[in-house]
Amino acid sequence: MRSGAGAVARLVVERDLRLAFRKPSQLLQPLLFFMIVATLFPLTLTPELSRLRDAAPGVLWIGALLSSLLALEFLFRDDAQDGTLEQFALSGQSLTWMLFAKTCTHWLLSGLPLALTAPIAALALGVPADAIWSMVASLALGGFALSLLGAISAGLTLGARRGGVLLSLLTLPLSVPVLVFGADATQRAIAGAAIAPPMYMLGAIAVLGVTLAPLAAAAAVRIGLE
Amino acid sequence: MNWTWFHRLGSPPHVYGFAARWAPWFGGAATLAIVIALYGGLVLAPEDYQQKDAFRMVYVHAPSAWLSLMAYSTMAVAAAVGLIWRMKVAHSAAAACAPIGAWFTVAALGTGMLWGKPMWGTYWVWDPRLTAELLLLFLYFGYMGLRAAIEDPQKADKASAVFAIVGVVNVPIIKFSVNWWNSLHQEATVMRMGKPTMNFDMLWPLLLMFVGFALYFAAVVLIRLRAELLRRERGASWVRGVLA
Repeated sequence: MRSGAGAVARLVVERDLRLAFRKPSQLLQPLLFFMIVATLFPLTLTPELSRLRDAAPGVLWIGALLSSLLALEFLFRDDAQDGTLEQFALSGQSLTWMLFAKTCTHWLLSGLPLALTAPIAALALGVPADAIWSMVASLALGGFALSLLGAISAGLTLGARRGGVLLSLLTLPLSVPVLVFGADATQRAIAGAAIAPPMYMLGAIAVLGVTLAPLAAAAAVRIGLE
Repeated sequence: MNWTWFHRLGSPPHVYGFAARWAPWFGGAATLAIVIALYGGLVLAPEDYQQKDAFRMVYVHAPSAWLSLMAYSTMAVAAAVGLIWRMKVAHSAAAACAPIGAWFTVAALGTGMLWGKPMWGTYWVWDPRLTAELLLLFLYFGYMGLRAAIEDPQKADKASAVFAIVGVVNVPIIKFSVNWWNSLHQEATVMRMGKPTMNFDMLWPLLLMFVGFALYFAAVVLIRLRAELLRRERGASWVRGVLA
């Protein structure tokens, strides 16, 4: 029997949230990783806040991208190993919807917490307090786009040996637009300029991602399960 | 309309024979075009009033850059055909395109750097075109890496096909974002060749070189395709017939 897509999506979200909170360390690791990466920059570049401020958008976004890559490994891996994804594919429900729900949950558990912890790193990098909320908004929206893109590569690498490095190799070139517009938004926020133009672009990428990425991810997962 | 030609393209022995017949013709025509274009470009064309002889790098650089994109599109179209009509031959063709496309990208970047040193005074600038070309190279690496990492050839075909198509959707967005990025960070101080100002003596060898490179690409794809078909169909009876 086919139940409503919304009900199925809610079940998937609930299940993933419950499972995730049983392994809190898995949730904390990407955040810790992000904080450590952000800490390394002052140590290697300069401790001067005025110069760190110039580098801050790059540091924050590269940190966010690397940490999202780290979190991507958890997106499908466990469910592929214990056969859950196979059950999803065989359930007769839309795999696209279920994966979209999984991806949104993944963002709730990695992208959003990252955007919310980023202010600590940002303040330490000399980002002015006025710019913090704009930066959080750009990281949250960009992180959503990164999760959607990442779902495709995570699906594609299901059948691969040495998935980890390959996952980065596939995801990084594809995420360049998100990185460019995201860092631009953060830079504008720090300079006190309007962040709307790059935010619209990030939004457009996210909308395109919502439209196409779940389809591609579902195709990729099906191939991986064959 | 008669579609038998399309169905025949799905048969490895037929395509193998086709590739064997046509590869020498494409290769010969490519050699002819490239030799004439080289003569036209290196000897007949006048030297540029600003760049002197260094501008002649364009005869290798620009066709390589065009072919790097054309090879990617060809690969993605072949991959899509393979995915939609479940044609193994199309997947083999896509696999054959990738390394050549990657080499064209390397050639475009390499000749660009060699030209940049005397012209711009540096091997590398973060110009949007250079950056986009570099990202294209990474996409090729991703495609080949994915293909190499999946053991089951059919899974590798399909997964890499999905990646090639995702890449095609993304390439214009990447290109656009890189243009946006550059307009913020760096004013255009670089000297650039304006196409409309190029006179005909300089232009025809360039166009002929492009044709030559495209023919060369076709020839190498056909040769690689034959090797790929032999490797994949090594258990099939027609291969034993061909190799006997």
